[in-house]
Amino acid sequence: MNAQLVRRSPCQGLAMRLMGEAAVLRCSGALWLPELGVLAVADLHLEKGSAFAVRGQMLPPYDTRATLARLEAEVADLTPRQVVFMGDTFHDGDGAGRLAGDDRARLETMAGRVDLVWIAGNHDREGAQGLPGRTVAEIGAGAITLVHEPTLGEAPGQAAGHLHPCARVAAHGRSVRARCFLTDGERLILPAFGAYTGGLNVRDEAYAGLFRQTPWAGMIGRDRVHAVAWGKLLPEGADQFRRKKREASKPVSMAMRTARTP
Amino acid sequence: MLRGDEMSGLPPPFSDWFAARGWAPRRHQLEMIAAAQGGEHALLIAPTGGGKTLAGFLPSLIGLSRTPADQRPQGVHTLYLSPLKALSVDVARNLTTPAFEMGLDVRIETRTGDTGQAKRQRQKVLPPEILLTTPEQLALFCAWEGARAWFQALDTVVIDEVHALWHGKRGDLLALGLARLQAFRPNLRRVGLSATVDDPGKIAAWLSPGGAPVRRIQGDPGTPAQIDILMSGGRVPWAGHTAEHAMEEVYEAIRRSRLTLVFVNTRWQAEFAFQRLWALNEDDLPIALHHGSLAAEQRRKVEAAMARGALRAVVCTSTLDLGIDWGDVDLVIQLAAPKGASRLTQRIGRANHRLDEPSRALLVPANRFEMLECQAAREAALEGSYDQEPMRTGTLDTLAQHIMGVACGEPFEMEALHREVTSAEPYRDLSYEQFEEVADLVATGGYALRTYDRFARIVKGRDGRWKARNAMIAQRHRMNVGAIVGAGTLNIRQAIGRKGRLSGGRKVGEAEEWYFEQLSEGDTFIFAGQVWRFLGISGTDVFVTPAPHSEPKIPSWGGSKFPLATSLAERVRGMIQDREHWAVLPEDVREWLELQERKSHIPDAEEMLVETFPRGSRWFLMAYPFEGRLAHTTLAMLLTRRLDRMGVGPLGFVVSDYGLSIWTVEPTDSLDLDELFDQDMLGDDLDAWMDESFLMKRAFRNCALVSGLIERRVPGGEKTGRQVTFSTDLIYDVLRRHQPDHLLLRCARADAAGGMLDVGRLSDMLARIRGRIAHTRLERPSAFSVPLLTQIGRERVGGSAQDLILERQAEAILIAEAEA
Repeated sequence: MNAQLVRRSPCQGLAMRLMGEAAVLRCSGALWLPELGVLAVADLHLEKGSAFAVRGQMLPPYDTRATLARLEAEVADLTPRQVVFMGDTFHDGDGAGRLAGDDRARLETMAGRVDLVWIAGNHDREGAQGLPGRTVAEIGAGAITLVHEPTLGEAPGQAAGHLHPCARVAAHGRSVRARCFLTDGERLILPAFGAYTGGLNVRDEAYAGLFRQTPWAGMIGRDRVHAVAWGKLLPEGADQFRRKKREASKPVSMAMRTARTP
Repeated sequence: MLRGDEMSGLPPPFSDWFAARGWAPRRHQLEMIAAAQGGEHALLIAPTGGGKTLAGFLPSLIGLSRTPADQRPQGVHTLYLSPLKALSVDVARNLTTPAFEMGLDVRIETRTGDTGQAKRQRQKVLPPEILLTTPEQLALFCAWEGARAWFQALDTVVIDEVHALWHGKRGDLLALGLARLQAFRPNLRRVGLSATVDDPGKIAAWLSPGGAPVRRIQGDPGTPAQIDILMSGGRVPWAGHTAEHAMEEVYEAIRRSRLTLVFVNTRWQAEFAFQRLWALNEDDLPIALHHGSLAAEQRRKVEAAMARGALRAVVCTSTLDLGIDWGDVDLVIQLAAPKGASRLTQRIGRANHRLDEPSRALLVPANRFEMLECQAAREAALEGSYDQEPMRTGTLDTLAQHIMGVACGEPFEMEALHREVTSAEPYRDLSYEQFEEVADLVATGGYALRTYDRFARIVKGRDGRWKARNAMIAQRHRMNVGAIVGAGTLNIRQAIGRKGRLSGGRKVGEAEEWYFEQLSEGDTFIFAGQVWRFLGISGTDVFVTPAPHSEPKIPSWGGSKFPLATSLAERVRGMIQDREHWAVLPEDVREWLELQERKSHIPDAEEMLVETFPRGSRWFLMAYPFEGRLAHTTLAMLLTRRLDRMGVGPLGFVVSDYGLSIWTVEPTDSLDLDELFDQDMLGDDLDAWMDESFLMKRAFRNCALVSGLIERRVPGGEKTGRQVTFSTDLIYDVLRRHQPDHLLLRCARADAAGGMLDVGRLSDMLARIRGRIAHTRLERPSAFSVPLLTQIGRERVGGSAQDLILERQAEAILIAEAEA
């Protein structure tokens, strides 16, 4: 990676080159490819609140609108040609069916202006049912391929979600944990965009072997994205999210492989 | 004491039992019996050692003894509730013996979180006649199907140490549970047992069902205690919480006594003191350790050994504050300041449970401020002055939990349950509308956006009565009952197997999660009096292996968890400005005050001292309001916000019970302090800050857990504290934006402003010091500032500091790459 290739974008995101393509790591957690007009967001987990309510835990039902409002702000700011939802857009297969009327209307309005592309994830294998736009297993954007789950081993040019990366740094005896992008300039993992989504520390073994060069984290601060070197990132203690993630991984990898178009 | 002929009120087995021991019942014990015969609710106020517990049970034992065992109605006759599990176990032991000696055929059993599954099942089928348990178990009983039938024979409920129970959310939940029992058994008699308090009227009001009269019975006062303060011959340290300097003297005091209780304020202090005492223990005195994190079995062993007289000292936390004897304690040592006069009196009462001999206590201040505080506490205790608790309004998150519990137990009618709830004193003024709002929170989360109606947790049946939607919902509620939500705790287990393939062995105890976040693999620490090596965490288990010959990596203690009581703080301020009073202080502490006077300033009782000085590359602003840790934390947070706005660049702060320190990038010595400390910070600044603060998130998490909005335990695994924190933080952010007046946000704000932030106290202080700030501009740290400067703060700074930390780490990859 070259020094002048990473710089602050006007919105205080980080501008960089990903496989040679201009890319901006946005404060919102979205990936913006300005030369291609593509805005990509991963792991929205819409209707996570209502998924818990079904089981008797009445989490506030406002997560979907909170997440959509952030997405709408990005669309208004950047006027993309295409918005790519990189999988796990809904927390479960029934999520799209539980959308409140006005939330559904917002997505329909957005579809009237930009091309919506839904990548299927392990939480929403069928994609976005009953919503405008097309569902795919993966989609190319210049030299970059957008997928849900990162394929194991090196995959230059791949941008994925699924892992919900977050990172922890410490200074002055205190530590700060934040959602983050993880990249080595050839490959990128996006943070989860959803309002209720947790995070998996980038030092977890789930990230092992994904990067050819030592990656760095784009940690999301209040109004900017901070580039932090790998050596500064601290591991986590207990993390049950990790176990869940691993269990979820296997079947979807196979499902994705079979679903992929030749 | 009474002569034999006055015992005529007692039936033979009882009078014979007293007579055989050459004892006579005390006046208050007979009054308690009279109250029972008159069917009156009763509150007994007596100092420790006055036969208080027996006084509570005598009426029940007499009542039961009048009917042969096989003719009594089946069911619990007397329910005894105490704040501590250990106390229930102990009281059971101390009750079983006289009952047996009197030849009474009464089944006495305990039931706590530690009670095994088999015994629990048996108790459900065949209840004991006297059941000793905790308020949390009562909340669980209320959520049982068939609770009403199970309590069909209930005659009396005894609430021991009620002065320690009535206040707080735990008291709210207990008051609601008692109202439920009263609904089951309208003639149920309530009996409260309390230590001496300043205003027994408040406790009597709390105890009373729906304002019914409560007979107050006063025990005889005990002999005044003998309280000494360890002067440590000119070696009282400037700072610290551990009182390490005094360990040899503490050890000597233990050697000269029969059985010593060494009280400390936190479990880590307990571990530390225990370790140091054993390092000095050349005589191999049996010294034990007792605190809430130790495995229950371990604590039982220590208690039994105390009772047998097999120990010479026990280092303990508040787990041994309450209760009757475990042994013949003749000295109580308070290691580090007691923080409140009531707590001190309670602890001193643990020595010598005989009214005719004085209790002996030794206070060991850990630093120079604490020397002042110990003096103040001693004077307050000798004058019989206690800290006051205000009356409270019942919390609504606790009510939510109770409503769900009732719904799990049996179907209820809204209006009837509202009437029942308002018979509990804390909820006396709760309107039906408020009650309905809480019921809606229970049912669907209480959201303006009504999308969850079809998933409601409680549903209205055709008969108009409400009940839990299904068995699974009820089951999950029962797993989550209780009003105390501590920091997340992890089980400490001795590891079996090798690295990479660890599995859990024996449970050594449990401890707060935050503690382990600061340890790295291979670090050594003290727990349960031993040195362990930290191997790693998996789920809610911490794996450790013994490291007997290692030097422990001493944990950083958080000092006292109790904030300095208001009345005690006032005394300390008075003592500092009263030079004649300094004569009671040891020479080194006097010199320290004189140094402060010479180099900086000694504030008078109405003034607040502020000092500013540069040190290293930073500027320090010190303030000394003496208002306790909580109020200081709030003040520091608000000041940080202001300083941030003023462009001074605050980097962090620490607080103690006595003062606070904020360090900044830019100088603070020319700020307008009257403006900085202006009371208007409690307006918009407080609101704005609270909404974003970590404390508010913590308060919200607590309310969400207590109310049942979030479940801590779900079938198939418990969430650890951090996992719960993480998700509730996200929920908090979303809820705050979309429904800022939500019931739980209001609960959280009230909790945070009260218990956690001490806003009321801060407000009084800011009013008091208006125009009375004494500012000294210094070149180097003052005598008063040293204790604060050596302390490590654990509270996060809000505002832009979070980004500052990220910023600092964001050393540019760029530069490194460009140079490569």
